[in-house]
Amino acid sequence: MTAYILCLVLFSIGLYCALRKRNVVKIIIGIGIMEYAANFLFVLIGYRSGGRSPIYANDQVIKSMVDPLPQAVVAVAIVLNLSVTLLLVAIAIKLYEKYGTFDITKINDLKG
Amino acid sequence: MADIAREHGMTVIVKTVTRLTLAFILLYGIYIALNGHISPGGGFVGGVIVALSFVHVMLAFGKEAALKRLHSKGLRLAVNIGALMFLYIVMMRFAWKFPAGRFIIEKMRPHEIFANEIILPLCELAIVGAGLFTVFIALVLLCKYEEKIEKEK
Amino acid sequence: MIEIHLLLLFMIAAAVIAVEAKDLLSSVIAVGAVGIGLSLSFLVLKAPDLAIMQLVVEILSLIILIRGTIRRDLPFSASGRWYFNTITTVCFVIVFIGLALLTFRSLPDLGNATMRVSKAYIAEGMLRTGAKNIVAAITLNYRAYDTLGEATMIFAAVIGVLVIARKTGKKEK
Repeated sequence: MTAYILCLVLFSIGLYCALRKRNVVKIIIGIGIMEYAANFLFVLIGYRSGGRSPIYANDQVIKSMVDPLPQAVVAVAIVLNLSVTLLLVAIAIKLYEKYGTFDITKINDLKG
Repeated sequence: MADIAREHGMTVIVKTVTRLTLAFILLYGIYIALNGHISPGGGFVGGVIVALSFVHVMLAFGKEAALKRLHSKGLRLAVNIGALMFLYIVMMRFAWKFPAGRFIIEKMRPHEIFANEIILPLCELAIVGAGLFTVFIALVLLCKYEEKIEKEK
Repeated sequence: MIEIHLLLLFMIAAAVIAVEAKDLLSSVIAVGAVGIGLSLSFLVLKAPDLAIMQLVVEILSLIILIRGTIRRDLPFSASGRWYFNTITTVCFVIVFIGLALLTFRSLPDLGNATMRVSKAYIAEGMLRTGAKNIVAAITLNYRAYDTLGEATMIFAAVIGVLVIARKTGKKEK
């Protein structure tokens, strides 16, 4: 249970960073930390104490395995996190090119 | 040797090591993609490692040398062929609903050729070539932008 | 499971440094430390596929972030009506933590996973798909539509980046 709570603390740090900071790069960093915490919680739920990794071997009999389904889901999610980060960085660079700053309070020109 | 050091990119040491290790990194990516069913790894990891080897070249030699070796038309062709093969393999499931598709699947057995553990990770590797393409475009954008800023100053 | 707690504490410390550092480059490097800690803890949690994938993806995103943020100095000012935002954020985070603690009661304890779906995958996966790696069997055979959707999302991101990075816009006459 304490591992779950520490994972929640990690998520909350990312949430605070994404909501509070005024720098666009810091916001990207906060979103990345939230993604890490969510992936970690998924794998943590699927853990079994004493289990082996879900790969069969030729010469051994494996009795208990950890849950392979959250690992498959997180394997999809990690690549999506990468593409989301790429898109956010591209948007941030375009914002810097247009406004000359990363500060979101200075970027208030809604006319485009 | 001094002429090489004066060109773009990093120092001679980094360039020599890159020249020696590039083929091994590329081979390791393909190995991981092809052995995904019996050991940890898979097509996506292999694709990202292949992309990282090209990023490695770009960081060491500067962007002109990397763009000279890879043409964007070939990249786009690889990505599209991988995606179309993946879509074909997935959509082959719907062929059971039609008599002609059922006949083809029963007689010619295309799933034994295409939908096995060799072709599908290669399709994934080509798709994550899309990640490589994105990385290239993003980095080229950054480089052009920095040049423009320096010119204005 | 003392390793998991130690790795989590390391990740939390690195995340606090990443959030509170004044310099952008050092905060980006601290995010890299969080990712490496995540990769190590996937290895401890018996998920070697995810460990390899997280390590590789972390390297790539770190390169992208450093290329995007290096050599850009920016003024760090905290004036203006910024206290209101801080209070709102802290209240929101506290409410979020309370709701999450309520939902944590229904989760199984650490180490006792309820494997309702994946019992069948483990029992029949190797015979029906021929793959010894059960995670590869799930992503490529049982849930191949998920993988197709993932490829579609990567294409959407590529198209988005290309549209954003385009130099020539509308012609101004």
